[in-house]
Amino acid sequence: MADATREDQASGRDTGMPLVHAVNVMKSFDGNKVLKGIDLDVRKGQVVCLLGPSGSGKTTLLRCINQLETIDGGRIWVDGDLMGYQDRAGRLHHLTGKAIAAQRREIGMVFQRFNLFPHKTTLENIMEAPIQVKGEKRAQARERAIALLERVGLEDKPSAYPAQLSGGQQQRVAIARALAMQPKLMLFDEPTSALDPELVGEVLAVMRELARDGMTMIVVTHEMSFAREVADHVVFMDDGVVVEHGDPASVINNPQHARTRSFLRRMQSEPQAVEHIPESLQDAIAAEKHHDLKEDE
Amino acid sequence: MMLSSFITNKRWDWGFALQVMNQTPVLEGLWKGTIIGTVGAMIIGVSLGIVIAIMRLSENPVLKWVAFAYTWFFRAIPRYVLLAILGSGVGYLYSTLDVGVPFGQQLASALGLSSNLTFLTLNVNALSNSIIAGIVGLGLSEAAYMAEIARAGILSVDKGQAEAAQALGMSSGKTMRRIVLPQAMRVIVPPTGNEAIAMVKDTSLLIAIPIIAELFYQTSAIGVRTLKIMPGFVAATLWYLIICSILMVGQYYLERHFGRGFGQKKPKDRRFARGAGMGGA
Repeated sequence: MADATREDQASGRDTGMPLVHAVNVMKSFDGNKVLKGIDLDVRKGQVVCLLGPSGSGKTTLLRCINQLETIDGGRIWVDGDLMGYQDRAGRLHHLTGKAIAAQRREIGMVFQRFNLFPHKTTLENIMEAPIQVKGEKRAQARERAIALLERVGLEDKPSAYPAQLSGGQQQRVAIARALAMQPKLMLFDEPTSALDPELVGEVLAVMRELARDGMTMIVVTHEMSFAREVADHVVFMDDGVVVEHGDPASVINNPQHARTRSFLRRMQSEPQAVEHIPESLQDAIAAEKHHDLKEDE
Repeated sequence: MMLSSFITNKRWDWGFALQVMNQTPVLEGLWKGTIIGTVGAMIIGVSLGIVIAIMRLSENPVLKWVAFAYTWFFRAIPRYVLLAILGSGVGYLYSTLDVGVPFGQQLASALGLSSNLTFLTLNVNALSNSIIAGIVGLGLSEAAYMAEIARAGILSVDKGQAEAAQALGMSSGKTMRRIVLPQAMRVIVPPTGNEAIAMVKDTSLLIAIPIIAELFYQTSAIGVRTLKIMPGFVAATLWYLIICSILMVGQYYLERHFGRGFGQKKPKDRRFARGAGMGGA
């Protein structure tokens, strides 16, 4: 299965327009230029990690793809759709809020601070968008929500409220919530940065599984080992521009640019959050259990 | 001393106060003026208030300005004065209100149409002495206060909530209704309880309209007629205490409903405690 998707993706790499095609994207906040002309191509099935120091514009770029920020210049296409605008006879017109909402349906997003709906249970969080946005039947949405909870290893928590879950569990629910809309593309905005170190592994394990199933993903992360193992392509950004990009082995192990080198050196001198990331979700859960046992002692 | 005087001082005349509480005009005033007035004014106040709060927080400058002007005007004008204006002033200025095309009558005569483009005619003088005028007046005033309360509530909800809902493809209306407002209610309900209780008491201002089918007017009228003024006041006080107590119980249940998921009560099941064993995985 995993191999098959890899092959599809390999053939997709040679033909057709990339799933995400961003050209010369610019964005400023109050005159402060955050993105200074970014080009980015992500092909179907690819996992792209955005790396770079904080303030380099990685998160802003991710938010622009999903139109949580409007761009000041350039264009972004997702699966052939121009995001946020309509090209009518060569002139760009702003899309209505409704049309923008429709474009967002196809794109799942996972936030640094989870942003689960605190007044809804785990299951209700996952069912909310399929029912409210797609008009799915309750029973059907419920069935799929349960399957998704199983997929992220939380099948025993359907009626827990987010406040009753650990950070790692909340982030796994957030991933399931995004997947419930059956997106073509998943955006991850520093999904493990708000987590205690021992909870990082379980979230990365879910993401790794997702990548293996052929999901197209753009991940803003500081987890170098994750980028090295899972990414097909890494993009190093600094000060609003792409400094260098390429396959992870060459960018991370053999950076060409001085800025990349100094950033990576700083990252390596800091203690890494997780030395050994478990191979699969089961391992992560076992590790958590082990941790609990230690806590009990 | 104080307590014993309640019993020993004959002038309290509790028996008479209880009798006053049970008089038909008093009960009618309680129901038609105080209770219906409160409920009606709060319904207008809360719903209009939330609309104004959303307008105030929108990016559209016109909506923003209208909401600001509304809040400014209705917070600045005393309720008693507002009710007096609605009761007598508006009917004097406009004896009927026509709902139709703007300048319809002038347009129709210019074009020689048979209809004058008016769809509905309201007789203001007939309405201005009814409880409807009272409900509208108190409701409009209340909406200005509720708008500020609702605005605080909406602002208290983390911005990430709306972003998460929008990232899932929800429209801004649905995001507000399904995600933001239910969480804002947790902050909105306690001060709204205050407002509802204040409204019960402010229905005594309906006399400015004038509406006499109202609790305080009726009880004090009996007190004046029988020369037992204090027992009349006591009767009104007791009724206000009873109604407000009922409202406070209602507020408790509302707060419990909107507080779910915010960790104010213990989890029902120990399984959900943080870090507990992940059975079955």
